[in-house]
Amino acid sequence: MNLDALTRTSGEWLRGTGPESDIVICSRIRLARNLADFPFTSRASDPEKLEIERVCRSAMDKAGLDLEYQSLVDLGLLDRQLLVERQLISRELSGGDGPRGVAVGPRENMSIMVNEEDHLRIQVMNSGFSLPEVWEQINALDDRLEEQLHFAFNPQLGYLTSCPTNVGTGIRVGVMLHLPALANTKQIEKVFRALHKINLAVRGLYGEGTQADGDFYQISNQQTLGKSERELIRNLSDVVPQIISYERQARQEWIAQRRQHLHDQVSRAYGVLKTAHTISSSETMHLLSSVRMGINLGLIDDLEIRTVNELFIHTQPAHLQKIQGEELEVDERNIARAGYIRRRLTADRHEEGPAD
Amino acid sequence: MKCQKCSKPATYHITDLDPEVPGKFAVFHFCDEHALQHLAPAASKPDSLPVGQLAKDLVSGSSASREPSPADSLSCPNCQISFAEFRSTGRLGCPYDYEAFRDELMPLLENIHGEVRHSGKAPKRAPRTSRQQNTLIRLRNDLKRAIAAEDYEAAAKLRDEIKSLEQEQGR
Repeated sequence: MNLDALTRTSGEWLRGTGPESDIVICSRIRLARNLADFPFTSRASDPEKLEIERVCRSAMDKAGLDLEYQSLVDLGLLDRQLLVERQLISRELSGGDGPRGVAVGPRENMSIMVNEEDHLRIQVMNSGFSLPEVWEQINALDDRLEEQLHFAFNPQLGYLTSCPTNVGTGIRVGVMLHLPALANTKQIEKVFRALHKINLAVRGLYGEGTQADGDFYQISNQQTLGKSERELIRNLSDVVPQIISYERQARQEWIAQRRQHLHDQVSRAYGVLKTAHTISSSETMHLLSSVRMGINLGLIDDLEIRTVNELFIHTQPAHLQKIQGEELEVDERNIARAGYIRRRLTADRHEEGPAD
Repeated sequence: MKCQKCSKPATYHITDLDPEVPGKFAVFHFCDEHALQHLAPAASKPDSLPVGQLAKDLVSGSSASREPSPADSLSCPNCQISFAEFRSTGRLGCPYDYEAFRDELMPLLENIHGEVRHSGKAPKRAPRTSRQQNTLIRLRNDLKRAIAAEDYEAAAKLRDEIKSLEQEQGR
């Protein structure tokens, strides 16, 4: 896999299209699977992990899947970080040890981590609110792998996983939402508590333990045993439209009550991004969030949502350093980030994002 | 299992029962620090949680707060992991652990998921006998130990056994 070329493109999930894509960035499902005749990854020796990797890669080949495999062994920290920033691998896989890697499909909709917490972590991710389509794709992918592999499965407990929190369906159904207005009015706390009560988890952009920088929130199921995949998808699909409508309502109230203030905030954010010469990652996320909402409310009309979506990812530390072609200290990164944003905001106005 | 709020291991598994709606509950997985925060009086939070919530420690891995349990000395005949090791890492060693620690795991699964019977997708083709697959895990484990003990005669025998079982598995 050509990792340097990745910085010139972006995953299809960022293209900013699909149902409700003003608020729902992407829909994602992952399945945890394990080979029946090996210990789980954390208990496997390096030779066993190597054999697990060999068996899984050969199954992907035999299944005729259009995937490119990248081993994480001997891959530098910057490259591993790049894959984390693109949502292709987890921080756990990046920081793990021994034979492990990721197979990535065209346009980055699909990725399969090998030797993460479970032997296989299959992921499919699409732009917008499209869980049923994502389920169809990942279910078909899982079927094709299953024709080649013996997964650990028990009729009572379903697919057996390294951690009992994933046993059963092994499914994690998630949507990534942009909720700036609910965050602004602090109503987001209430939404979280309501979600926890119905057993749904809320996380930031980069998963467990990350800050909700840029007002991005990932909502996903916690229960994996006892409900079918379709029921778990339905649980989430039922609640997301409510959150979307709360967010829309909060935006409308904001614009009705404080239109000038809101327009001012959005325009200033856009102005700073277009002119700053040094900017931190956290300020970037914060300002991009305002700009993104500004586009959706018609307060900014010369910028594509897709450009903003991409900037959230391309201004992350590893992306910046890959784009600059060298390792940079924090201060240097802040300068490089401001320069990159200025270039993108000047070049991409009235235009599509960079060609893939 | 990681804490829901940070990347530390989750050592507290808390079930909150809703006092207003009988039978309704929420499950949380936290590290020591976030568990304390969660259990702290609601005053410190922006909007107070329902009073009278019942919090319950299930399988705490933090040795400080947890009495040793008689199950700790149990170990899986296939991968040799002990129940105590599972409690401290939150990760099982092999698929057979779900059998080996069945009595200990079922209440935990019930608390995490609220149900204990899989409903949903199953592999299309009939699984091979799981006995053979579990035997493979055990043999590979024995091989590791034979090599560590420099018992090369035993290791060679084990390798042959593993190879013939793998061939039967169609690998």
